[in-house]
Amino acid sequence: MPHVAVRDLSVTYEGKIGFKSTTVEIPDACITAVIGPSGCGKSTFLRCLNRLIDNTPGARVQGEVLIDGTNIYDPGTDLSALRKKLGLLSQRPQVLPMSIYDNVAYGPRIHGTRRRAELDDIVRKQLEVAGLWEEVHDRLHQPARQLSLGQQQRLCLARGLAVEPEVLLCDEPTASLDPVSSGHVEERLIELKSEYTIVLVTHMLRQAHRLADYVLFMYMGELVEEGPADELFSNPRDERTRDYVAGTIS
Amino acid sequence: MISRIFPRLMQERSATATIWLLSFAVPLLTVGLAIGLTLRSLPILRDNSLIDLLTRTTWRPMAGEFGFLPFIVGTIAVTLVAMVISAPICLLAALHLAEYAGSQTRTLLRPLVDLLAGIPAVVYGLFGILVVVPAVGRYIAPFAESHLYFVPWLSPQQHATGYSILAGGMVLALMVSPFIISVAEDALQAIPVGVREASLSLGATSWETSKYVSLRAALPGLVGAVVLGFSRTLGETMAVLMVVGNVAQIPESIFDSAYPLTALIANNYGEMMSIPLFDSALMLASLLLLVVVAFFNFAAQMLVLAVRKRAGE
Repeated sequence: MPHVAVRDLSVTYEGKIGFKSTTVEIPDACITAVIGPSGCGKSTFLRCLNRLIDNTPGARVQGEVLIDGTNIYDPGTDLSALRKKLGLLSQRPQVLPMSIYDNVAYGPRIHGTRRRAELDDIVRKQLEVAGLWEEVHDRLHQPARQLSLGQQQRLCLARGLAVEPEVLLCDEPTASLDPVSSGHVEERLIELKSEYTIVLVTHMLRQAHRLADYVLFMYMGELVEEGPADELFSNPRDERTRDYVAGTIS
Repeated sequence: MISRIFPRLMQERSATATIWLLSFAVPLLTVGLAIGLTLRSLPILRDNSLIDLLTRTTWRPMAGEFGFLPFIVGTIAVTLVAMVISAPICLLAALHLAEYAGSQTRTLLRPLVDLLAGIPAVVYGLFGILVVVPAVGRYIAPFAESHLYFVPWLSPQQHATGYSILAGGMVLALMVSPFIISVAEDALQAIPVGVREASLSLGATSWETSKYVSLRAALPGLVGAVVLGFSRTLGETMAVLMVVGNVAQIPESIFDSAYPLTALIANNYGEMMSIPLFDSALMLASLLLLVVVAFFNFAAQMLVLAVRKRAGE
């Protein structure tokens, strides 16, 4: 059983459909791209996986999301433990109002790591994994906001990795970045995919081509088609998928 | 073509001139006020040194003794007590409204908070006399006397009537709360949702997120909110003079009566003006109030700037 499985999941916003009943399993140790035009429900889908959807006023979720076999919508779910398993990389880099070091150490501290030496190790390791260590190692205690947007996004990646998640949820992580910074982030995701289950929401078809091993295509709140990337892109079964991949609808 | 553009140009110029003039008029008024007050304070400053006036503690206008220290201490004491009471409560209330309350609760509570700002000061004063003063005199003071007798400032040293710094502070705390809550809530609402979600997505609880992220990100705004409350408290007159007792003494505890500068001016101006130098003394009191408020506002601005700088903005 994969880390992430979704059963009959649907979301409504005050009666309006967020997305319709969806059942899907996300394969482990690869990048699954969720593609589709804006407003098709792909971000909503992502927010259901770590229950950030709880914070959206008016959203009603039905169905099950199984993370490691446990339905996270069961009452009594430990949200803190759940979210520790699922790292989030959002559309705009959201650095916390503190130093570079404290951003990375934030998660481990929350979960009880107090020893300085241990934190130092974590910070260094994750900044290295995120490809940021070289650029910031001499100014770890400066405010994170002083970094460029691209650096901030890699910092957010390091921060997410620092709590040792199993799954990475990426919501259009390069949407606000320049091409060079986007390239950096994409490289990191490719390096990380052997160890993590990565769900990548993107509206950039080319990015999905470059990164995805498995693809979910959503359209108007519906999961239209899913399959291995090369298969889905080269030989889509549904007409809507064909049109979207060909660029005739967007 | 020229005939068309001409009237518009004239309008443009006259509007610019008017705005320029008006924007200078208000600051100039303040300067004028300070100069006027200084001029009218000169007679008393001619007979007494400023240091003496500021440090002497006896206030006997008939005998020509004008010690301002009790009034300065009274003003600062009442303000401090008000801020100690209201700042933590208001900041937590703002946090609740911004991050915890559901949208229905918020739509219900916000107008109620705003309504507090519209109640006339004299009504707060009445509420103080009828509710706060008796509560302080009958319940809080005896409690403090028996339980807090070892804490300086917090236990009554004389018979407590209830007309006290504490009563003044409590009424003022209530009066400034809508301002502090509203500014603080705006500061908290201005934090991007994504930053909170980033913290939540790492497994932090709501309270951890508020404590480590929201309060920190909004710190300059929160300090600004408290500063605004502080300024308003310093200058408030009516409600405070109704409950603070108006006794010109150096208070020994928050259960003693005090006499803030504002109350001194409001109670006495226009009375007993035949006493030599009395008019000038009240003018000096006004000037002192102006200086104290200006000083605290300036210090507060510096504090906000320092906090902003530390927050890396």
